[in-house]
Amino acid sequence: MNTGGGKDSWKLIVSFSVLVIVSILALFAGRYPRVGILDPFTLSSDPIAHSLVFNLRFPRVLTAVLLGVVLSGAGMVFQMIFSNPLVEPGFLGVSQGAAFGAAFSIVFISASAWVIQSTAAVSAIAGLFISYIIAKKVQFGGWVLRLILSGIAVSALFSAGVGILKYTADPMKDLPEITFWMLGGLWSITWSGFFTILPAVSVSISILLFMRWRLNILSLNDETAFSLGLAPERERLLFLLTATAATAAVVSVSGIVSWVGLIIPHISRRVFRTDTRYSLPGSMILGGIFTLLCDTFARMLFPGEIPLGIFTSFLGSGIFILLLMSRNIKVEK
Amino acid sequence: MKNPIITLDGISFTYKADNNKVLKTISLEIAEDSITGILGPNGVGKTTLLHLLLGWNKPDSGVIKLGGKNIGAYSRNEMGRLIGLVPQYEHISFEYSILEYVLLGRTPHLNPLQSPGEEDYLVAENALETVGIKELAGKPVTRLSGGEKQLVLVARSIAQEPAILLMDEPMSNLDLANKVRLLEVMRSLNSKGITILFTTHEPDVAASIADSFVLMGEDNLVCSGQADDIINSSSLSRIYGIPVEVDDYRGRKILIWHK
Repeated sequence: MNTGGGKDSWKLIVSFSVLVIVSILALFAGRYPRVGILDPFTLSSDPIAHSLVFNLRFPRVLTAVLLGVVLSGAGMVFQMIFSNPLVEPGFLGVSQGAAFGAAFSIVFISASAWVIQSTAAVSAIAGLFISYIIAKKVQFGGWVLRLILSGIAVSALFSAGVGILKYTADPMKDLPEITFWMLGGLWSITWSGFFTILPAVSVSISILLFMRWRLNILSLNDETAFSLGLAPERERLLFLLTATAATAAVVSVSGIVSWVGLIIPHISRRVFRTDTRYSLPGSMILGGIFTLLCDTFARMLFPGEIPLGIFTSFLGSGIFILLLMSRNIKVEK
Repeated sequence: MKNPIITLDGISFTYKADNNKVLKTISLEIAEDSITGILGPNGVGKTTLLHLLLGWNKPDSGVIKLGGKNIGAYSRNEMGRLIGLVPQYEHISFEYSILEYVLLGRTPHLNPLQSPGEEDYLVAENALETVGIKELAGKPVTRLSGGEKQLVLVARSIAQEPAILLMDEPMSNLDLANKVRLLEVMRSLNSKGITILFTTHEPDVAASIADSFVLMGEDNLVCSGQADDIINSSSLSRIYGIPVEVDDYRGRKILIWHK
């Protein structure tokens, strides 16, 4: 019997192969010794090229892929559990929470990478928890509406906090640092940075992938999901925490990289099918390709690198406008 | 009366949001393999009653038993296999194909890490065939007419294979032909041993299929019984608050109302 997934499995295999090929190309793409692709045969004779590829580009390429995989995967999870195609993984206070943590660290603690990363990760998770607790206490509306409203409020609170920190920050030293962090980028990634986020990210991605079919049911009305034998609130929380933990981990090293988690899930639902068995892994793979390409061009195009967040916002919002104007956006109404 | 598959004993329920006590001490028994029509004016608590049976609403007081066991004794997954719901309305945000959507009904038969296999696809396709929309299987669920969507919701619940099926105004969006088709589907599900409870605003339609009735009115008046006890002029006039006459026409009950 035809279960209809054969074509989509092939598409997944093809896009995964594309991801692998793009990753290999990205290792050799850059501005050394000139703009373009580095000849792999010079690696053994040129120690600078060797160090560049293995110590700088390799961890950066892998982190860019992880960043895209996590943001797009988490974006898909968020859109499904909130049955809202316009949410993205940072909206529950996570992105602004991370920004506040980073800015706080830059102004009051230390501008060293690992301190910024840990305070950003901690306050990203704090953003989620505060949103969650407020949502629990809101006296009206369904669960989803309450979370969305409190997410908006908590994000605004944190971004006001960032505003205060920026206002009081040393304009010569701290302020550029904060601004630069918030634009998002991977220029400072090292192997140790990559290995810090790898455990949290791999555990989260595995949980999401293993449970991905169930994500479909959470996009239905609460009563319906409940009548199908789920405990919707509990399972939503599980998906929410898993996706947020991964998001907080990657955002802590990359800064705010917006739009990836919003548009890639849309594209994935078009390329694959709505069923999250295909669209979730599809979204992760496409997100990895998209983010890696953006990051590679961000460091290649000009002698001084363009912050990745600017790049993804430009491309992302452009693609989003095209999606909105195209014939159908694959959502109701 | 056959064994009761559903027993409600002294159930009351209040909506916490507006402190609205919808149900006050309801006691009811529903026989196994029966088709029960639940009638009553808007806002009287028919949907609330279905949600109580589902376990979605928790009663303030009283005991609900399904299949002789207290409702709390079942796991979520067991409940999913025991009792299904066709909701009045379902907002579907994403563009699933009808087959993908109907497959979601298989959830209680799968563990959390599993996804549907060939057998589940067969059950889902049979469910579509039962409601007569197999040819629509590949169509996006967001592009259906109200009636087609209603039939898709029913198909999802059939794929769920529950012992008890709750249907909340299943005929409200259907044209005459689809209504008759749905009544046939309900009869055939019932002949396979599924106990059906449905709410409706059409006493005559209820009378044409149900073998027992629950009548709910203001002030928590609840009575249950057979067609002749319930679908009669005095009960319906009292419940709906307007003069209603009930006539028999070729063995069917016909309603005539006056202004």
